[in-house]
Amino acid sequence: MTSETNLIQFDLVSPEKKLISEAVTMVVIPGEEGDFGVLSGHAPVVSTVRTGVVKVYPMSLKDTPIKIFIAGGFADVTAHQCTILAEQAMVVSEMNEAALDQDIQSLKDDLSAAESADDKRKLQKRLDLALAQKAAIAA
Amino acid sequence: MPSLKEYRNRIASVKSTRKITSAMKMVAASKLKKAQDAAQASQPYASAMAAMLARVAEGLTSTAGGPKLLVGTGSDKIHLLVVVSSDRGLCGGFNGNLVRFARLRIEKLVAQGHEVKLVTVGRKAFDLLRRDHKEKIVASFKDIGKVGFANAAEVSDLVFSKFDENDFDVCSLIYNDFRSVLAQVPTSQQLIPFSLPEKQIAANQNNAQENAAPKIPYEFEPDEEKILEDILPRNISVQIFRAMLDSAAGEQAARMTAMENATRNAGDMIKRLTLQYNRARQAYITKELIEIISGAEAV
Repeated sequence: MTSETNLIQFDLVSPEKKLISEAVTMVVIPGEEGDFGVLSGHAPVVSTVRTGVVKVYPMSLKDTPIKIFIAGGFADVTAHQCTILAEQAMVVSEMNEAALDQDIQSLKDDLSAAESADDKRKLQKRLDLALAQKAAIAA
Repeated sequence: MPSLKEYRNRIASVKSTRKITSAMKMVAASKLKKAQDAAQASQPYASAMAAMLARVAEGLTSTAGGPKLLVGTGSDKIHLLVVVSSDRGLCGGFNGNLVRFARLRIEKLVAQGHEVKLVTVGRKAFDLLRRDHKEKIVASFKDIGKVGFANAAEVSDLVFSKFDENDFDVCSLIYNDFRSVLAQVPTSQQLIPFSLPEKQIAANQNNAQENAAPKIPYEFEPDEEKILEDILPRNISVQIFRAMLDSAAGEQAARMTAMENATRNAGDMIKRLTLQYNRARQAYITKELIEIISGAEAV
């Protein structure tokens, strides 16, 4: 398990660019039907991914994982490769909690001031996303 | 015949025009590089998406009763055309060709008895189509600037909400396909109902047979239909995003070519005007000399 030869190629791509592409030991993905860990030699799976945190263990399982926040997407796993398609992704340790709090507050204000149902829906979506990000930092 | 001063002014004005066009050409060239890089950077996602779609399609037993985005509404009465153009002009026939293509499309659909609705992306498409198809435009997006995925998501969100309201049956995308720096071809692509990439599935199967490796069946979580339901809208957003990136790169390429031509034309014009100016000057000098000589002879 801890041997460094058993690595799996992990790619995280967003529509705008390839965010991460490297060989890692394990990836824990928040799947639609529960979190699952992916090691080298995993059975091929295609799964939808919830909004949440992907944990990447670069070298060994004892390392502290790199946490990456993902706003939903898809995972495509084969024995040697794990690809996650995400529309939005950011490393949790690089997120700014103070700025996020401010965002949440202003979104809440906007939401209560919003008139049309369409605006409300859009703002609610953004607020949910911001709250999920905050939860990711807290976790 | 224009006076010498008039010639000088003309030459000066054409020279300053040439300066502007050559600067625009250089700006377009550097923007083109950036736009092409952006288009390239979006490639991994698009290809991963296509591969995943192919896999899901392969696992799918039948498309009957699938998601509405795939099977359509069962009619093809109302067509929605999403026309992607640029925001700015001075890029040769880029927008003109696109809009002409879109007009032909509209006329054909109307002649076949379909109803047409339009969504325009970019200022130029709106300005040009407004003249004769104003009542057909249901929404327009302008001043996009640098294309990001958020812009494409905005467009696709609108398309989905219209689709949910049963505002149209068939949706196609009309955009300038970036073939090369010299060629941008107006292209139409159907988005809804979406056709699964059958060719790719066939290719996958061929590959599998050639490798003769035992094929491990894929697992799907939650299941094929659910994933398809989720993946199709995102795929459409990606297609729109790709079209917008292609169009942005094409716009810069077209502008670069147009400005290069304009710079060359200005150069030719300056040469011609300088020649005429010199001739006129020569004629003027000769005339003065003749006057002096004949004056001297008369004395």
